[in-house]
Amino acid sequence: MSEGNTPSQTVGPYFSIGFSWITRADLTRGTESGELVTIRGRVLDGEGQPVPDACLEIWQADGQGRYAQAEDSLEKMEAKRFWGFGRVPTNQQGEFSFTTLRPGPVPGPDGRLQAPHLVISVFMRGLLERLITRMYFPVESGEATDAILELVPRARRKTLIARAGGAGNNLFDWDVCLQGEQETVFFDC
Amino acid sequence: MAGYRKPAPGTHPNHLHPPYVSSIKRAPTQPLISIPATVSEITGPIFPRNIVPRKAFDLTRQHKGEPLGERIVVSGRLLDEDGRAIRNSLVEIWQANAAGRYLHKVDQHDAPLDPNFSGVGQTFTDEEGRYRFVTIRPGAYPWRNHYNGWRPQHIHFSVFGPAFATRLVTQMYFPGDPLQEFDPIFNSVPDEKARKRLISSFDWATTTPEIAMGFRFDIVLRGREATPME
Repeated sequence: MSEGNTPSQTVGPYFSIGFSWITRADLTRGTESGELVTIRGRVLDGEGQPVPDACLEIWQADGQGRYAQAEDSLEKMEAKRFWGFGRVPTNQQGEFSFTTLRPGPVPGPDGRLQAPHLVISVFMRGLLERLITRMYFPVESGEATDAILELVPRARRKTLIARAGGAGNNLFDWDVCLQGEQETVFFDC
Repeated sequence: MAGYRKPAPGTHPNHLHPPYVSSIKRAPTQPLISIPATVSEITGPIFPRNIVPRKAFDLTRQHKGEPLGERIVVSGRLLDEDGRAIRNSLVEIWQANAAGRYLHKVDQHDAPLDPNFSGVGQTFTDEEGRYRFVTIRPGAYPWRNHYNGWRPQHIHFSVFGPAFATRLVTQMYFPGDPLQEFDPIFNSVPDEKARKRLISSFDWATTTPEIAMGFRFDIVLRGREATPME
């Protein structure tokens, strides 16, 4: 038996009433140990104007590179504070900010590890289907790379890599540009 | 690593759909880059059931009084393309009230708010992938996308499924709504058969005598690719 997929539709202008119950800027949910990082940025439209009604959903591994698994019992999930999930809206200035654990590297499709990253869905009015992107962390020894980044033309890779927001404070800046010269790379997976 | 099958062409809207004016400055202009499924895309968030209050499925019982409007039961199954039930999975909805007004500060439509209706619900699918909401039939409402534009009656649905790759946000419409024909969002879905899958069907089986009419809306997410032979 094969059924056709249900099509995507936009979240529209009022999604915050439906999304806000599980919105949280602190993905660690409290006391999980690990290295904390704060990521902040803006969502910008084709005219460079901030998008005040966007929402990012983040999915990531924990500090050891482990994703929460469907096989985890619900009891275990309840006890476990780090779900790896975040839902973060933009404010009136198009800005977002969230704090999370720095994820560990996870296995890649080619046997190498993938560089530590967050996978991100972008929702907003005007997007008929979510956009999928990734945020990687900058590395001191040149440029982060892995099997996914290598599929991206070199000149556009920087749109996926956050910038250190200051020495030693684990603050990272990363913008989502929907169009223009700095257009963020979006994926089909 | 087995990923998720691509939907048939025409199933999902193109990001750029000029009749929907908001897409023009927000749709990416560069082609999407196709990537293989990795562990990051084939896993996805799991939510403990107790994050959703038991009564969150009933949008008519969230306040002191009863909301105005036509009480309805909206139910269906969350499935994958192979007809397999997606069990214990979070389903979120939001919608306008019977007068066509959202409880949102940006919604300035000149129609009354209902103090007994927030228009927000959540539930989990059961072991057979079934979900059920009790709510009020939402009103149509005007929008400024084009002259005399009106959104057909709809309920927003947000589902996760088993993986990051299966995440879907959509809208459920009602059978026989004359506004669908003129709606740029509904008509952004290129394939007509796919578009019709957004329309719920009237359902005697869930229509409750003297209480509520039933509408059925099944949601079908991407099926898993066959596991490659190791």
